[in-house]
Parts: sequence; structure tokens; C-alpha cells
Amino acid sequence: MRTNDVMLQTATKVVTFIILMFAVHIFFAGHYTPGGGFVGGLLTASAIVLLMLAYDIETVKKIIPFNYVMMTATGLLLALGTASASIFFNVPFFTHAYDYFDLPLWGKTSLHSAALFDLGVYLVVVGVTMTIIQTIGEDE
Amino acid sequence: MINLLLFPVLIPLLFAAILLFFPKNIRMQRTFAAIGAGLALVAVLFLIAKVKTDGIQAVTLGSWDAPFGITMVSDLFSALLVLSATIITLFIIFYSFPTIGAEREQSFYYPAVLFLLTGVNGAFTTGDIFNLFVFFEVLLMSSYMLIVHGGEKPQLRETIKYLLVNVISSALFVSAVAFLYSVTGTLNMADLAVKIPQIEATGILTVIAVMFLMVFGFKAAIFPLYFWLPGAYHAPPTPILALFGALLTKVGVYAIMRTYTLFFTMNTDFTHELLAIIAILTILAGCIGALAYFDVKKIIIYNIIIAVGVILFGVSQLNEAGVDGAIFYLIHDMLIKAALFFLVGIVAVIFGTSNLRQMGGLMKTHPFLGWVYLITAFGLAGIPPLSGFPGKLLIVQGGFEGPHFWGSIVVLATSLLVLLSAIRIFIYAFWGEPVETVPLKKSTYRQMLIPSVLLVAITVFIGVGAELFMPLINGAGEVLLNPSIYIDAVLKE
Repeated sequence: MRTNDVMLQTATKVVTFIILMFAVHIFFAGHYTPGGGFVGGLLTASAIVLLMLAYDIETVKKIIPFNYVMMTATGLLLALGTASASIFFNVPFFTHAYDYFDLPLWGKTSLHSAALFDLGVYLVVVGVTMTIIQTIGEDE
Repeated sequence: MINLLLFPVLIPLLFAAILLFFPKNIRMQRTFAAIGAGLALVAVLFLIAKVKTDGIQAVTLGSWDAPFGITMVSDLFSALLVLSATIITLFIIFYSFPTIGAEREQSFYYPAVLFLLTGVNGAFTTGDIFNLFVFFEVLLMSSYMLIVHGGEKPQLRETIKYLLVNVISSALFVSAVAFLYSVTGTLNMADLAVKIPQIEATGILTVIAVMFLMVFGFKAAIFPLYFWLPGAYHAPPTPILALFGALLTKVGVYAIMRTYTLFFTMNTDFTHELLAIIAILTILAGCIGALAYFDVKKIIIYNIIIAVGVILFGVSQLNEAGVDGAIFYLIHDMLIKAALFFLVGIVAVIFGTSNLRQMGGLMKTHPFLGWVYLITAFGLAGIPPLSGFPGKLLIVQGGFEGPHFWGSIVVLATSLLVLLSAIRIFIYAFWGEPVETVPLKKSTYRQMLIPSVLLVAITVFIGVGAELFMPLINGAGEVLLNPSIYIDAVLKE
């Protein structure tokens, strides 16, 4: 029982990229303004779910061949590792480091170790959300 | 090493994350899980040595000063509980090797156990009431996974109840924290202990204190909020049951002990009176359950509820003997419950059922198991010189010194019922004519017996060598009775 979903699929091809770019924007907007790894992760997951709705799980698995459990574990290790770096400098756990650098193209940029922690959060959120959705989706 | 107190929380987390990478490799899963728990144990031992010599350890995460940052605090009380929790988890990992089954081992069983340990250790260590909620959620998430792990029919049925009860109590927890924040303007426990005595409107604080008692009471299984516990704990296999029975309710008990000694002391006539009455009712309700059932697991499960009542009765007295006794009994109870579940698990495996009526004659085929069980049962009931005795003695003494001497009489009388309930298992399972048993491989039997015997040996050692441990227990009790020590350690400047 295949419905005619040309419209949905065509729109998805465009919208997915818009959502993914917005996810990147939200990810980097974090720290000083609303945003960060958690919301960015949820947006990314929603983009992948949209792909799954428009096509099907098998196709999406072929496009994005990640093992989401591994992704969660990598994210956990990354977040834990960033926070644990403070242990080696003997400062309280979770103390972050940041500085300003002059980068080509960007100019004066603030680089903050919290971004790495947020990347870990991002991976965990995408990994967990997709694991849940895949597990439920495959059940039928 | 200012971060030393975080190691017992971080090491299990690290190893749990590593274990997620190779779920199907059983040998690696076992090795890494055991190494993780073992390293955490080493870290706690260092931590206790440090707390004993240098006093309370505190660190505020991210270098944000207290009371604004999240404080993690390790006093002797929390360090001792972290130690017991880590020892038990290590033994449960060993006990799981022969009992839990390859299928469960390949579906993230060990990571879940280590995540649970992360949550439990974190809840014992945190000095921030909202962070306590977060660690409660960490351990609850892992417990949701463990209770349904394997997906057998009774597990699925009980998980729904367990989830429902805990989601509701978590929602209550957040609301209670919000109320507390709106009244005091702080969530740091040490800061709360400073601010609460300055507030004159004790009425609203009493309401909040009772709300917290309800929230923690759901987890700790006090009367009448224990209704979910016997069914939920009966469903999962023995190692998970031992983990839950030894650790989960005790986190609730710890939270009550901490909040009811550190800052909810503005209206003790009401709140601690209520706590004492509830504690006694909890003991009585547990006794009825422990004597009513013919299912070995159910009998020990109801004994958890009795112990929760005994500990909370000690705390409600708010005097030195009562609080010291409660701490001693809490540690004893964590270890002895794990040991009892291990032994009862072996008995249930040998007979292929947990129904006492279909058992008998184990003394002729497995005499060693019988004697170990008897020692554990005596320890549970508190027969000197075993580990249940010093704690209960102090609690009873605290009751006689405090306002609730009738409570002490109940505690003493119910000790006999506890003994009866444990000995009933001995009489039915070990005496009488031998019943046909399920053939059990010698090596499997030994693998199950060794962690159990070691755990029993530890409880015996704690009981016989109680004098050695009393300085630690006294030190832990001193902090609970004098909140100013705790406050000074956290808000140094």
C-alpha cells in the first residue's frame, strides 16, 4: 500500500538540509545565547526522523550507516574526557579553559573547551534519540 | 587531588561508556566491568583515608564558588556508604557471571549495573539538593533498564507499576525542590542549613519537609508508600534483585537521613515525631509481610522494609546513640541483604523454585550452604557478635534515651519476628526429607557460593570487629548531629 509521496520526498530533500544547517547554527549559538549540544542534537535527530518518514528505515540506514549506540558511547567518552581534563590540572572538575585566537577568515575567535563537551552532549542526544526511534520503528 | 571524591562516581561512568563499544564480547564485558568496580573500590578506600585524616572533602564543579556552583561533598557518612555500595556492586558483578545468562550479558547488562553505581555513588556524594534529583534520575534510568532487562512477562507487568510510581515521585521531587527554592532561595545543602534556621515561617517549611519525606519515602519504601516494592523486586533475576535490595532503597534512606539531620530540624516536635511513628509502622508492616509469604524472595524483600523502619527510627531520635546506630545498621543492612539475596538465589536455583513448600533436606546435600545461611540469618536478626547487633543495640539505646521508648520495645520485639522469618527459610529448605533438586554444575555452584561467602565473611568481620569501626561510625554521626561541621567545610570562606 504505497501512497504517492513525491511531494513529501521532494520537500524533504530540501528541508533536511535546512534543519541540519540550523542545528549547526544552534549548536554554536550555545554557551552565551540559547542553544547548545542538546537542542542541536534534537534538531539533527528530527532531520533524520523526517528522512525516515519520507523514505523508510532501510534507505536511511544506507544513507547514514552509523551505529547509534557507538555514537552515544563516543559522545559520553568525549564529554567525560573534556570534563576530566580538569583533573590533570588539579582544578575542580568541569573547570573549562578558553582563550581568544586570530584565525584566518574568522578573525578574532573565542575557542572554548566547553564546545568539545557540548559536542559530546550532541553525539549522546543524537545517538540515544535515534536508538529509541529505530528500536520502536523496527518493532512492527 | 581535590577531585578525589569524584572518582567513585566517574570511574564506573567511564567503564560503562567503554563497555557500550563491544556489547557482544562477553569475556571483555566481564573483565572491564570487574576492573571498573574494582578501581572504584580502590578510589573509595583512598577517599576514606583522606576524609579520616583531613576532614570533610568538598569541591564545587566548574570552579563556581559555593553556594552557586554544584557542590560535591564527601564526609565520613557518605564515604562509608559509597564504600558499601561499591563493594556490593563488585560482588554482584562476580555473582552475575554464572547466574545472569549469556543473552542478558550481551544486551548491555554490565553497563547498566555500572551506570546504576554511578547514580548511587553520586547521590551519596552530592551536596546540592537539585543535583541529588539528577543522580536519582541516573540511578532510576538504570534501574528501569535492569528491572525490564530480559523482558519476561512478570518483569514487563511489574515494570509498568515501578515506572509509574517512580515517575510520579520524581515529579513530586521536582515540585518539592521548587517549593524549597521559592522559600529559601538556595539549593545548596550547606547553604540551606544556614538559611532555614533564619526563616521564621516554620509552617511552610514543615510542609516542605513532609513533602520531601514522601518523595524519599517512595524510594525508601516506608509505610504506606512501600506497596510497589514487593512485586517490583520479585520480578527480575537474583543479581538484579540483590542490587536493588541492597542499594536502591538505601539511597532513599540516606536522603531522609541527610535532609532530616542537616536542615529540616526547625520543627522536630512534628517532623521527627512523624518520622518515628512512620518508622515503627514500617517495621510492623514489614514483619507481617515477612511472616505471611512462603516465597523465599518475598520473605527477604519484606525484611528490606523492616530494616528501613529500624534505621529511620534511629534517625528520628536525633541523639548520638540513635544516629550512630542508624549509620551502623544502614551499612550492615546493605551488605547483609546482598548476602541473603545471593544465598537465597542459590537455594532457589538448586530447587528450581522460590516456593518454600516445595523445598527440603538441603542440609544433607549442601551442608556448607546451610551453615553459611544460618550465620547470615543470625546476623540479620542481630544476634551478638554478628553485624546486626551493634547497630540495633545503639538504635534501641537511642530510643530509650529519646522520647520514644515504646519504639525501642517494638524494635526489640520485632527482632524476634525477623529471626523467625529468616529461620523459617532454614527450617523449610534445609531440614526435612530431601526433595528432588535441579542438577547444577559443580563449577557454577562454586562460582555462586564464593562471592556469597566472601560477603558474609565481611559482615561477620564488621560485627566481630565492631570496635574497630566505631571511630569511623562516630565520626560520621558527629557530622550528622553537628551541621556546623558540614557547613564550615562547604562554605569555607
